[in-house]
Amino acid sequence: MKPSSLLSSIHPATEPDTLAFLERAEIDASTRGPVLLFFGSAVFWLLFGSVLGLLAAWKMTHPGLLDSLGFLTFGRIRPAHLNSVIYGWASQAGIGTGIWLMARLSRVSLMHTKLLVSAAIFWNLGVLVGVLGILAGDSRSIEWLEFPGYATPILFVAYACIGVWAVIIFRFRKPGHIYVSQWYLLAAFLWFPWMYATANILLVWQPIQGSAQGAVNWWFAHNILGLWFTPIGLASAYYLIPKVIGRPIHSYYLSILGFWTLALFSNWSGMHHLIGGPFPAWMISTSVVASVMMFIPVVTVAINYHMTMSGHFEALKWSPTLRFTVFGALAYTVVSLQGISMAIPSVNTLTHFTDYTIGHAHLGLYGFFSMMMFGAIYYIVPRLVGWEWPSATMIRWHFWLVAIGILLMVGSLTVGGILQGVALYDPTVSFRSSLDFATPFRWLRGISGVLLLAGHLVFASLFVLMLLKAGPRREGPALLATPAENPSQTTAA
Amino acid sequence: MNKLPIIFVGILVAFTSAWLGLVVYTYIALGHLQTVPDEDTGGNFPPSLSGLGVAGQRVYAANGCIYCHSQQVRPAPLSTDIEKGLGPRRTVPRDYLRFQPVFLGTMRTGPDLTNIGLRQTEANWLHRHLYDARSVTEWSIEPSHRFLYKLQQIQGQPSEDAVQGLTGPHAPPSGFEVVPTDDAKALVAYLLSLKRNYPLPEAPLPPVKK
Repeated sequence: MKPSSLLSSIHPATEPDTLAFLERAEIDASTRGPVLLFFGSAVFWLLFGSVLGLLAAWKMTHPGLLDSLGFLTFGRIRPAHLNSVIYGWASQAGIGTGIWLMARLSRVSLMHTKLLVSAAIFWNLGVLVGVLGILAGDSRSIEWLEFPGYATPILFVAYACIGVWAVIIFRFRKPGHIYVSQWYLLAAFLWFPWMYATANILLVWQPIQGSAQGAVNWWFAHNILGLWFTPIGLASAYYLIPKVIGRPIHSYYLSILGFWTLALFSNWSGMHHLIGGPFPAWMISTSVVASVMMFIPVVTVAINYHMTMSGHFEALKWSPTLRFTVFGALAYTVVSLQGISMAIPSVNTLTHFTDYTIGHAHLGLYGFFSMMMFGAIYYIVPRLVGWEWPSATMIRWHFWLVAIGILLMVGSLTVGGILQGVALYDPTVSFRSSLDFATPFRWLRGISGVLLLAGHLVFASLFVLMLLKAGPRREGPALLATPAENPSQTTAA
Repeated sequence: MNKLPIIFVGILVAFTSAWLGLVVYTYIALGHLQTVPDEDTGGNFPPSLSGLGVAGQRVYAANGCIYCHSQQVRPAPLSTDIEKGLGPRRTVPRDYLRFQPVFLGTMRTGPDLTNIGLRQTEANWLHRHLYDARSVTEWSIEPSHRFLYKLQQIQGQPSEDAVQGLTGPHAPPSGFEVVPTDDAKALVAYLLSLKRNYPLPEAPLPPVKK
């Protein structure tokens, strides 16, 4: 093994092509089983969760829809939707991407595949038991932690396998620089069990008293986005953007700054979900300040991505990976700045308790994280199955359906939420008006859900066709357009 | 900044800081609040929940009422909650020490329920609303919870606890009656118990206006 220069390992895109190419192919092949298992199950939960989400959205405009049975009531469908997409789709897509990235960046072939396969099986079992438990009426009604107490231990067993594996792969990594994506992944894989265990112990297994539950609840619910999904999403973009355009990340120092400020401030931000709530003022104020400080990591990452992309936006026309990833990166900037603004009490006064927050959550989990994961899956899966995506047209359909879908959803909930907020705040306006104002926008949201589900059906079909190696044998990757110049990286898409 | 131990320790330290501040501190400061004795009646504030109320709390959780209804009254000027009649005073940590889990809520798709027991004192109204909200409030988007009720043929005398005054598409056909299940009765008992109209040292009631 030749010693790699500092530059080449900081910037994966500049690795010499020859030996490294063969080595990468071998490592990719070694991750095939577990990563495809995680991705495949993620796609299943994405479809399942989308159907539940669509049903919940339509129930807001058609309250009589499917209301005769308990397990189909809105108050069960909604948490079943959330937990399916969080733990079933997003987490598993993230774990799959994380495994693949860690193996590649540590430059070792996957060891202990069985550990990861068992983890995937247990994880899915846990999510299935949890979601069915919610539908059956065992929901804890603790937001983001609705799984009944008998489902979470299964998830812990699954996670323990993943955690042990992550430690092992770090232990056996090839010497050299630790790339920024690895920091994010290492952090995410350490933070998740800590926060999930803390929240489950203090809220589900040995509940603490009174309103303290709210603080722990929102510390967790904020962190699962800020310190689990965000680092995985950013790790993916930090790797894939340079890789696809064949150019190193703009600034190593900005990536350090972005990482450490995220680690510090995101953590303290959770209480901004409870402004005005029954808590000591300092707790809320601390979170408001930490939320505003999040400006630093967010802008840092945005500048770093933008400067890296600068001059290469042309590539968005042809690369599916880049198109989804850059959409996700832009959404990350927007959703984070929006989140900061929502933590400011005078804005929060208007947006709290309204659909605006629902729009914000979807912009984060879907516009940012899910789009990042689509981008990663488009990049990774061809390298695992040794086949290129069967249809560029279907990728294009997937992109436009979900891109328009999520923008329509967030847009309508944002406008509807503001009107609802005005009605809820103004003492001279009746409660009924808050419903009347929001209803037309809830209709639009219902339509956006149809677009998203359609997009997911296209994506799921593509995924299945890919596993079947259907479609033409291609010389190169399935591109959305013919690049103006032949892209230097034939491996990149 | 590129040594694994530094990254590792940094990752743990960053996380520990907020974990101590927002979780451990909360546990110490808010996790052991005591009730306050009420000199007039010899009872304690906040009052305890009845057994039926505790059961109702579980029904509230199982059916996800929290996704549309909050249970917190925020102070002015952050909100107009008090002006809007959601309660006589803001809610404070001590208000929640009898509840498990605590349903603070993050949505007001439906009205806040902190003091629903003060606004609606009649069990039958709540039953009608839960059975078919639009038969009571025409513009409501609350789903029907009629799966918590039994539709049964009247045998001789109508049942004492049958829901009265149901109209609209879900009204029982003649000769039938709608009877709440144990879950529905528990839920209504819980809702009726939601009254934060007692004074606490840190949250006194406002002086009564003449």
